Amino acid sequence: MTSSTAPIQVERTTRASRAGLAAGAIALLALGSLPAWGDPSTMRILVEFIALLVLAQMWNLLAGYAGLVSIGQQVYVGLGGYALIVLADDLGVNPFLAVPLAGVIAAAFALPTAALVFRFHGGYFAVGTWAIGEVYRLLIANTPALGRGSGRTLKAVFPLARETREVTTYLLALAIGVAALVAVYAFLRSRYGLGLMAIRDSEPGSETLGVDVFRTKLVVYVGVAFGTGVTGALIYLNLLRISPDAAFSINWTAYTIFIVVIGGLGSLEGPLIGTALFFVVRELLSDYGAWYMILLGALAVGVMLAYPQGLWGIVAERWDLRFFPVGRRVRVD
Amino acid sequence: MAWVDTVLQGLLLGGLYALFATGLSLIFGVMRIVNLAHGDLSILAAFLAVVVVETVGWNPFLALILVAPLMAALGYALQTLVLNRLLGQGILPPILVTFGLSIIIQNALLETFSADSRRLNPGGIETASLALGSGLAIGWFPFITLAVAVLILVGLQLLISRVSVGRAFRATSDDQEAAELMGIDNRRLYGLAMALSLGIVAVAGVFLGIRTTFTFASGPDRLLFAFEAVIIGGLGSLWGTLVGGAVLGIAQTVGAKLSPGWGILTGHLVFLAVLLWRPQGLFARARRVD
Repeated sequence: MTSSTAPIQVERTTRASRAGLAAGAIALLALGSLPAWGDPSTMRILVEFIALLVLAQMWNLLAGYAGLVSIGQQVYVGLGGYALIVLADDLGVNPFLAVPLAGVIAAAFALPTAALVFRFHGGYFAVGTWAIGEVYRLLIANTPALGRGSGRTLKAVFPLARETREVTTYLLALAIGVAALVAVYAFLRSRYGLGLMAIRDSEPGSETLGVDVFRTKLVVYVGVAFGTGVTGALIYLNLLRISPDAAFSINWTAYTIFIVVIGGLGSLEGPLIGTALFFVVRELLSDYGAWYMILLGALAVGVMLAYPQGLWGIVAERWDLRFFPVGRRVRVD
Repeated sequence: MAWVDTVLQGLLLGGLYALFATGLSLIFGVMRIVNLAHGDLSILAAFLAVVVVETVGWNPFLALILVAPLMAALGYALQTLVLNRLLGQGILPPILVTFGLSIIIQNALLETFSADSRRLNPGGIETASLALGSGLAIGWFPFITLAVAVLILVGLQLLISRVSVGRAFRATSDDQEAAELMGIDNRRLYGLAMALSLGIVAVAGVFLGIRTTFTFASGPDRLLFAFEAVIIGGLGSLWGTLVGGAVLGIAQTVGAKLSPGWGILTGHLVFLAVLLWRPQGLFARARRVD
């Protein structure tokens, strides 16, 4: 008996997701060939765009799906960045290869960190993760080998030609962006993703259904630390100069949260829209100092009050669009 | 004797931290939300005091007569117009909205008052000290700070045990739905709790501004110290915040004496140690398991 004769079918794709897959493939082709026809400034902007997008996808998985509202993800940006410098400059690892390895190091730090912050719940988890961020920043700012408060410069890329470095960084960023999107999408569609969404909706309820709440949250926390660490390394491969105040700045988390909240918490499309909006607002207000942060903050607060599902939530509801469907739909023929 | 002096200074510093922690603890106790803009609101109060001092020419202590009610009014408005709309939607919206406010306040302070550091000058008392004999001396101002913290805690204790609003705070803290059934207007009550919290935060911010220099970016550290004092002292324990503040203050001054640059870090590490070995804090109130 084949599934076509069954009266009930479970659909896991939508028309939009099939069209989106085709559009995504075309976009990827265009972006992948950019070094052949684009200029370096476009590539630099895109590296930054992808970095913020991945940070947003990671935080979204953590807060929007696992309900772990961390205000301390700058820890893993900073650890990833410093891991890159130590691996490439001190241990002689190829700097591009050091980027994924930096994620492994960030994840290794995430395990003991989780042992501490998982003692908190809700609002106290948020402040607790923030406090841990300060601990890491101060520890590194007091470590002479890491350049103390003034930080370090990535020297391993100096022998490379500027163009080689820029193109490789860009292609690496593109690979990281695609891998992050595919990984988050696949994870959410798997049975772990289903367990995760059950936890979000009701922790005690999901536990009685056999979901291992602690384990699932831990896997997400450590996995997200890996993704955030890789992104931190990518950011500092692009910037070349790192300091504890910048690398462990709360601004990384602020950008991320504003992007996800405005775009739409708990969807994969939301961070994409949010990141695009973030860049537009920042460019438009580039002559007005810190006003873009005030505007983005106000937008995020306004969205939270009026449309908790974010901009993508409004679109998805209005037109029933889902480019990245993670749910299951039952259709009766 | 130098070490006794260090511990004594830390203890007095704890008075300031207790002031910050009390407001945070009150809000969490009554409505179970953590106000992530707590520290930035205290810095906002300090800047408001700067404005009053510079325009009217008052002493910073006198400026509190204007600033504290202003912050309390802001608290009432913030709670009733914004935060009350998020009630019953889970833990995420209040965290994200107060975090957004924190970033908005910081950047608005940066745009309005520039990145320069400021200080409030009360005219001499901040440097005056009281000799205790055998080489020990305590500053008058830190002593006043601790005394004010104790007075505010006594006042709060009286409020929650003797006054009907205070009893309503406790009732809501114990069981929100039952309190509502007994005729308590939650929303107005939450507004009052936030007003009280920000009134205390205004005192804390102005005292901070007299004790040390501050900038637009000084807020988050205040939130973290307040939070650590609350956790060290034990959630829900009013007097615990005073002990928590003192432990944190002593840890910071002792750490700074061991090695400059390690002061604040030592405070954080002591907090983590307490979290590991006594997660319920030193003076946890007996609580129902949620």
